[in-house]
Parts: sequence; structure tokens; C-alpha cells
Amino acid sequence: MASSESATVPADRKRPRSVGRFLRSQMRNIAPFLTLICLTGFFAAASPSFATLDNFGNILTQVSVTGIIAVGLTFVILCAEIDLSIASIANVTGIAVAYFTLQDSYVNIANVPMPGWAAVMLALALCALLGVVNAFGLTVIGIPSFIMTLAMMQIAAGISALLVRGQIAYKVPDVITTLGSGSIGGIPCIVIVAALMLLGGHLVLTYTRFGRYVYMVGGNREAAEYSGLNVKLILGSAMVIAAVCSGIGGMLGVAHFGSAQQNEFDTYLLDSIAAVVVGGTSLFGGRGGIGNTIVGLFVLGVLNNGLDHVNIDSFLKILIRGLILLAALVINVYAQRLRERSVD
Amino acid sequence: MIPQRAPILELRGITKAFGGVEALRGVDFALFAGEIHGLVGENGAGKSTLMKIIAGVHAEFSGRSILDGKDTRFRSTRDAHAAGIAMVHQELSVAPDLSVAENVFLGTQPTNRFGLVQWRRMAREAGEQLAKFGIDVDPMSRLGDLPIGMQQLIEIARVLFSGARIVILDEPTSALSPPEVERLFATLRRLRDEGCAIVFISHFIEDILRVSDTVTVFRNGRKVAETEAAATSKAALIEAMIGKGSEALGETYTDDIMLPPPTDRPAVLKADELTLARSLQDVSFEARGGEVLGIYGFMGCGQLELARILFGKIKPDRGTLIVGGEPKSFASTAAARRAGVAFVPESRRAMLFHQEPVYKNISISVLGRISALLLKPARERSIAARQVEQLQIRPAAVELELGMLSGGNQQKVALAKWLSYPPRLLVLCEPTRGMDVGAKNDVVNIVRDLRAKGLAVIVLSTEPETVLSLADRIIVLKRGAVVREFAHEMVSKDRLLQAA
Repeated sequence: MASSESATVPADRKRPRSVGRFLRSQMRNIAPFLTLICLTGFFAAASPSFATLDNFGNILTQVSVTGIIAVGLTFVILCAEIDLSIASIANVTGIAVAYFTLQDSYVNIANVPMPGWAAVMLALALCALLGVVNAFGLTVIGIPSFIMTLAMMQIAAGISALLVRGQIAYKVPDVITTLGSGSIGGIPCIVIVAALMLLGGHLVLTYTRFGRYVYMVGGNREAAEYSGLNVKLILGSAMVIAAVCSGIGGMLGVAHFGSAQQNEFDTYLLDSIAAVVVGGTSLFGGRGGIGNTIVGLFVLGVLNNGLDHVNIDSFLKILIRGLILLAALVINVYAQRLRERSVD
Repeated sequence: MIPQRAPILELRGITKAFGGVEALRGVDFALFAGEIHGLVGENGAGKSTLMKIIAGVHAEFSGRSILDGKDTRFRSTRDAHAAGIAMVHQELSVAPDLSVAENVFLGTQPTNRFGLVQWRRMAREAGEQLAKFGIDVDPMSRLGDLPIGMQQLIEIARVLFSGARIVILDEPTSALSPPEVERLFATLRRLRDEGCAIVFISHFIEDILRVSDTVTVFRNGRKVAETEAAATSKAALIEAMIGKGSEALGETYTDDIMLPPPTDRPAVLKADELTLARSLQDVSFEARGGEVLGIYGFMGCGQLELARILFGKIKPDRGTLIVGGEPKSFASTAAARRAGVAFVPESRRAMLFHQEPVYKNISISVLGRISALLLKPARERSIAARQVEQLQIRPAAVELELGMLSGGNQQKVALAKWLSYPPRLLVLCEPTRGMDVGAKNDVVNIVRDLRAKGLAVIVLSTEPETVLSLADRIIVLKRGAVVREFAHEMVSKDRLLQAA
């Protein structure tokens, strides 16, 4: 019969090879972790104020909004798609929830006050709707996600602009204020929310049928379709999940920063994509997960926070962040190649 | 005959393992200028691996590689190219969106002194080269618009005319119609007479015997025989390949066989005047439970499109599908699956997840049945293990990554994913393409088993043997139209070929 070869391989020769193969195939998970350890070690040595419990709390708080947004983005990237509208959707959702809340009289916005729960519901409906539009463009019309979400980025920014008209709103519903800037037993609520959402994302991806489908669609879309999966439904769901996560991140972010205004979340697009990819989730889809995203979040968080502690030229910081991101991308692609070779 | 000269390429003691599985064990191989060297062996016997080593695809191996008397080690296919070695892989690798001429000159477009591409010259020269091969197409037409068989011929032509001294062809004839095979062989013979060394890998032993000077047989990663083609026979080669007497397996289908009387069971699927632009014209047929319907035709006859219509991947321009008595217009492949249709495409790559373990590949199609929301990995593994056992998939390890399996075993996995909950209608495209004799027999037995259980099976193939070995009733497609139906009558390879 076809291949009974494996049976005749001496056991002693099998082992070291399979360990090497295992390490190579796990490259994408190991490399980000090593990066994190190196960065932490470096900053801990460079600055006495870095490796403190307080500062660890700072880092957690600093990555929370990115973390919430990155949960949904992880689904999208696992499907081998991209969503460039996440930051804009976060922004417009944050603005919308403020728009539907009674602002102080000095705030010059023609807002529509509503009960808190209704404001939150409307804001969530808005981000879900924008996600549905993304999903529709991608799956029904067939616009590549890169372009579709680029357009959505503008659309969401446009809605934001129309709502606030260059002004700044401050009030959001109490529940959002609590979740965004309150704390329970010394732990900021926003950290708890981020942790719960990351956990939820992980459980969905790992233990549900939908999660498996996400990996399969990302791994080989054609095969998924020929296995009778509803690929469009899965891709569309991922886009909606990304939009809703962004919306939640946006609402809590507005509460956390204390204000809602245009362009407030612009840096979060790059940060979220960076967190997912630096963590080792494959841009080609099908590999990675929330665990990787968490490591990526910490890499970014430690980097951003640490650079403040070592008192470096703030303009150089931007360059360094870019270089680290590039290095992570190189590792991402290289890990994919190593893996393919080890499977070959 | 084997020329008594120094070989152009010699390999000594080649050993190569993939993740602990040895694909080649101490193989010696010599290739001479001016010969066509046929390679035969079952799937996973190591012939493709050896050729990939020669072509620089696999850079890591142990043993010596001697080119023109000098020790050589290629680190990439580029190195091999530079040394005049070119390979046509089993899977088509062309750029469908580029023109025919651009594909012929891929990477070597003629340019003027400003570095701009000389389009007219390129088109003219491409046309001339292809004409030598008997291919008459507009060099500026888009390659992807041509039939697959034609695309494959053009790819082969590109490699043959690239000036390579050593040309390796891996299963070049499987997608070609008989006249196209003739043209290919004529070109191979001419290149041989011009001094090229050609390696020809095929499962079609008649083809090997017709065109080769020397034949080498592989079995389980070892070279087990090397002989002059004139001094051997199909039966002898098969015996060397599988290592046992092979009279029973040497079925050639050249004699008439009798198709059974039609079953009186109701039709599971009725296709009525299916029409698709440029592919299908008023195709009507029925598939009944407990019957295998064979659909035969040359490459490009429209059978691939037909199969995709049946599985909801393509929507027909006109015509109706009736499944289980109800008219259906599948909005997606998921809808077709829900209606009880299962589909195995002609390419394994389009069906399987190479980075995922075997069990996930098998369970993917039945997850909806075994779990509502949460996955049940233990259940998945046990379902997969049962299929692995029943279909004799080797190695029998459900945790193994699919990419580690040999081609024939991957094909069985592609079948296995549909069998845990048998569908009403199973559509199989080229179910035995590229498989060895043993694996082919396994597939035949699996299909017969399903038929006995009352399934309707449709087998679409460009290989007459595949259809003849499986079908109870055969329809022949020609240029998108049904031209002949064989039912309860004598049929043979000749009759099929004549009808198509």
C-alpha cells in the first residue's frame, strides 16, 4: 500500500528531528514571547521605575482599549481579511454614545439626550450596522476588505464629524463612565472588561464551531467552501464582531479619556493591527489566536510605556516603534515559511 | 537503449526524510543526455521527491549529486535553472491573468536597450515556439481563458523551450487528451534527439513504455528496478512497483464490458437543460440511488463546471436542478450540503487543510451535526478514527498534520470527510487521479460500498479507466453537450474515446 514507510524508521532518529520540527512550527508563538521577555528585561535594567507593580498596572490600563478593539480584529485577520475601519468605528461609537447623552450647557453640540441604556443601545446598533455594511461589501458585492474598510474608515469619520462638528463632548452614560474610568478593588474596570472580552474571544475561537470555521476559512477558503461551509456568513460575522468590539472599545475609551472628539482614536488602528500581528497571528489567515494577541498587546504596551521611562527623544520613539513592528512582520512571514517547509 | 557514456547527472546514495518519515533511502540514479527516462512507482514511492531534489526544490538531503562530473549542490530552484535543469510540476503553475506570450516568456521577456518589453517580438516568437509544438492559439489571448489541457501544454512548452538540458515532467499527461499527448510525445522525442535528457514520471504505464528509453521503478523510497523500456512490459513493471503478482490489477478496459441494467429506483437528482455560457449547453440527466453515473469527456468538455453547478458553487445561466423531488437553486455550497449533496473536487488542494490535523479535515463537514455551539473534540477524533480505519488511511494517526500524508492518502481523507454521515448524492471529480493501483482499488471499493448503501454517486473524469472502473451508466460530454449515453450495453475504452 501507499505508505507504510514510517513504521520502519528507527526510533532514535525520529526524536531530535521532531523536536526541531516542533520548534520550527512553533516559531510564530515563541518569537513574540522572546521579544516580550527581551523588552521587559531591557527596560527593567534601564530604568528603576519600570519594573514596579504600579507601572505594571499602568501598562495594563494603557493597553486596555487596544485590547478590546484587537479582540474583533483577531477574528478578521484569522480569516485572512483586514479591517482598517476599526479605529474610525471606535471613534464614531464613542461620539454617538455621548451624542445621545445630555451634555453640560457650555458644550455646543446639538445633541439628542436619551436615557443611558438607550444611548448605549443606539451606539451599539450603530457600530453593528457599520459592521454589517462592511460585511455586505465584502461578501455580497465582493469588494476586497482592504478597500471596503478603507471606505468605511472615511464614512465613520464623516459621521463622527457631522455629530460633533469640531466640538468636544464630555458626558457619557453612567454605566459607560463606570466601566471606562471606574475601578473595583483597585483594579480599573476597563482592564477587567478588556480581560473578559479577550477571554470571551479566546473561548469562542477555541471551543465553538464558529471559531473552528474561522480558522478553516482562514487556512484554506476554497477548501472551506467545498466542505459546504457558508464562507460568506463566516467572513461577514467576523467583520461584524470586529465592528462591535471596536464600538465597545470606543465607548469605554471615551469614558477613559474623559472626552469625545474627532480623530481621538487615530493611533488605535495601527496599534491594534500591530498587537495582533506582533503577537504572531498570521496575516495569511488560519494561524494564531487571542493568546498571540495578548502577547502582542504586552509587547506594544511594554514598548510604549518603557520608552517613556528611559526618557528618550519622543520623536525617536515613533521610529523605534516602527522598527519593532517591521521586525515583528519579518518574523511573522518568516515563521510562516519555516512552517510550510517543516510540513513539506 | 542506455548509452555507454558518462551520465550528465548522477545521484549517489540519496536519502531524504520528512519529519521522521524517510521518503528516499540510499537511491542511486543516473541520467544520460539524449534519453527519455521513465519513472514509475506507487504514490509515496519517492519518485517526485527525487526529482524535486534534482530540480533544487528540496535543498536538504544526504548523498551526492554529480552534474557533468562535478559535485553540485543546488540551494534553490534558481540554482538548478541556472545549471539547465527545469521541472514541470504535477500542479499547473501558470499566470492565468497574463497573456499566452507572457507565460511562455515568463521572466525572460525580450527587451530593447531601454529595458522595455518588446511586445511584438515576444508575441511572434511565442507563436513560433508554440507552433512547433502544434499549438495554434493567439499568443496575446489571456491564458486563463484557454482550456486547462491547453494551459498545461503551454506550460510544458515553456519549460521545454527554455533551453534546459535536463527536463523533468511530473505526470504531464493526466490532463491531456489523446491528440495532445501525441503532440507532447513527438516534441519529447525531438528534444531527446537534440541531446536533452528528459525524465518522465507517470502513472500511465503505457505512456511510459511508449515514450521512454529507460524505465526506473521505485518502491517505498528505494529504486527496485532499472531496465530498458523495450525489454519490459506493463505487467512486469506493475509487479516491480507493487512487489507482487499483478494479473488481477492489470485491468486495461480495452475489452468490452457490460453495463448492468438500469435501476428502477427514483432519481435523487434530475438536471434539466443546464446551460452555462461557454461551458455547458442544455445538459440533462438523472442520477438514481444505488447507481454510479459516470460522466466522461476530455479536458475542457464542461464537466468541472457541471460538477460545481451541482454543488452550488456556480449558478447556471439556465436550466433546473431537482434534488429529492424538489426544484433547487443553491445559493451557496452550504445550501447544497444541506440538501444532501457532497462534493470532492479534482484538486486535493481545493479540498483539504494541509496545516490542520487529519481529524479536523475529516470532521469539518459534519461539525454541524455533532455540535450545536461547542465543539466536541473527542467525538471528532472518534469519528475520524473510524474513517481512517475503514478507508485504511496511512499512517493511521488522526493528530498528524494532513500535509505529512502522501497524495493517495490525502485523497482518501477528502472522501472520508463526507462519509461519516452519508449524503444523498456524492459528486466525485477525478477520484483516482494521480493514485497508485492499490489506492485506486481502495477508492473503487469505497464507491461500490456507498452504492450498495443506496447513495447516488456521480463520477466525473477525463480518464476512461476511472469511469469504466466505477460507473453503472455513462454519459459522454463533448464541448459542453451530452453526446452519448451508455446504459445496459457493451462499453470499452475505445467506444468511449470514439464517442468523445
